[in-house]
Amino acid sequence: MKLLVNFSRGKGRKPIIAQVVRDTGVLINVERALIDSSEGEALIEVPDEQCKLVRDSMANLGANVRILEHGIHHDESECIDCGACISVCPREVFTFDEEWKLNVEEEKCILCGKCIDACPHRALSLPL
Amino acid sequence: MHKTIEQIHERIRDGNARVVTAEEMPAIVAELGEKGALKEVDVVTTGTFGAMCSSGAFLNFGHAEPPIRMERIWLNNVEAYGGLAAVDTYIGATQQSDTLEAEYGGAHVLEDLVAGKSVELRASSHGTDCYPRRTITTDLLLENLNQAIMCNPRNAYQRYNAATNTTDRTLHTYMGTLLPGTGNISYSGAGVLNPISNDPQFRLIGSGVPIFLCGAPGMIVGEGTQASPAGGFGTLMVTGDLKQMSQDYLRAATMTGYGVTLYVGLGVPLPVLDLDVVRATAVRDEDIRVDILDYSVPGRSRPTVKNVTYAELRSGMVDINGEEVRTSSLSSYRKAREVAQELKSWVEKGSIRLTLPTRPIDTTKQAHPIHQTTPGPRVLDIMCRSVITVSENEEITTAAKKLLKGEANHLPVVNGNGVLVGIVTTFDISKAVANPGKAHLVRDIMKKKVITATADESVDIAVQKLEQNNISALPVIDHQQHVIAILTAMDLGKLFGGRWLK
Repeated sequence: MKLLVNFSRGKGRKPIIAQVVRDTGVLINVERALIDSSEGEALIEVPDEQCKLVRDSMANLGANVRILEHGIHHDESECIDCGACISVCPREVFTFDEEWKLNVEEEKCILCGKCIDACPHRALSLPL
Repeated sequence: MHKTIEQIHERIRDGNARVVTAEEMPAIVAELGEKGALKEVDVVTTGTFGAMCSSGAFLNFGHAEPPIRMERIWLNNVEAYGGLAAVDTYIGATQQSDTLEAEYGGAHVLEDLVAGKSVELRASSHGTDCYPRRTITTDLLLENLNQAIMCNPRNAYQRYNAATNTTDRTLHTYMGTLLPGTGNISYSGAGVLNPISNDPQFRLIGSGVPIFLCGAPGMIVGEGTQASPAGGFGTLMVTGDLKQMSQDYLRAATMTGYGVTLYVGLGVPLPVLDLDVVRATAVRDEDIRVDILDYSVPGRSRPTVKNVTYAELRSGMVDINGEEVRTSSLSSYRKAREVAQELKSWVEKGSIRLTLPTRPIDTTKQAHPIHQTTPGPRVLDIMCRSVITVSENEEITTAAKKLLKGEANHLPVVNGNGVLVGIVTTFDISKAVANPGKAHLVRDIMKKKVITATADESVDIAVQKLEQNNISALPVIDHQQHVIAILTAMDLGKLFGGRWLK
């Protein structure tokens, strides 16, 4: 399960992720993170059964945690199966099937958003 | 042995014709041999579906009461050409909306019309005795227009060079998103299915030949603009009735950072008349080569990174200097197949009639760059030649004095041989003074990565460097990396009033 963790500056100085790993013993996989002087955002992956435990522990430390149930949203009616998204995706979410139809493996997606601008037909968007 | 168009028509009429797509043809030729394939196959259908910027449509609105001679025309806030009087216009695919800019353009107007949506027409005129009306605003459906004739000056490129990017920043081009550090390769074109690639000698493709255009029966007008068939980059000018087109084969698009374009589905049926046609239509992705160009060079002379075939591009990976680089297509191979399949069913049903060109296309033509009589401003026209430099081994205070004396903000740093090695700004020196530490010499505080310009470079390129790097000066260097001048944001003021035209 993927979690999107947001924290603000004061709390950003606390080692939230490390703290939660130590407290819960859950091995957290950081898929991407952007942390600057005022705020931070990290996308982490944890085993499904420990998802709630990690979420609650992080929330207790002051982080804002959202469970991400969906990867990138693919609008099939706009998509023309060109494949412009394929090479810009860092996680190989997009592939062609034998019929040259675009195949989207949503579960691999880390919501980095690189494909959104690369799509000439505006068929890709962040899930709500 | 050869077949005539009449014989092929007869077989179509009798339901005995064998029609195949250009993708199926190579295997048939491999199996039956050239003579066998000539006997077996009557028509090969081609297809492509990709971004074709040079597209648009002529529209006739009909007259209003009182009548107007439209001089300026907008459709959903996208300006259309007003020089055709009185109620005709040409709407170009890449023209962008006055309000929505790159998110909506002429291509979207065309798609909306084809999709049955209403489009707002706004037009103005200065008014004449015969056309007294000065403005009109009305909502129109495609069915309200007398004519809506697509006419695309440059479609169906024979093949297209692929793109990559060796810089350290992402580039947004008409070839899509190019990741830094040769991070990906972008290509376009249907390869084996491409119409002209199946008839590179233009024996069957020429004026008057019926085609599939965006789902409607269309026709080849003739040679496309910028056609360069001698070099293997032929193009076609095509036309078709917008009213019969389908959204399945006509789609508006926006290339981020570039602008609006139109995706066009286009297919040409090729009658298999003789062995030359068999050989030409036996072309495979493996036989069609293109260069991968480095789009990091913002000019026409982009270096070739590698020469590859469509088969390599379509495999999803290309090896560049020992690294596997992933490829992306901008055109849709799946849609190109659909075009060729649909066209195949048209030919089988006899709903499209095959003809030979009424006028051939000159295969020896080569497109030339623009004839430029007035070069645009170059860096040497506006650069400041009285540039002050400082040696990397000087004290910081020396640099500060030089900046004060020269009333400058940027000081290029040179080594003992006069070669540019860095740059210091008033900011760097202020910082060094405010935080006194170990730094005493210029080389301790200079920025080593210097963005430079050359004297014969276009000012537009230099301006792009300033903007992209968020800086305000570029040392101008010669071939030996010696600093010969400096171009600052202030020098750009010389461009106003044509003062650079000395």
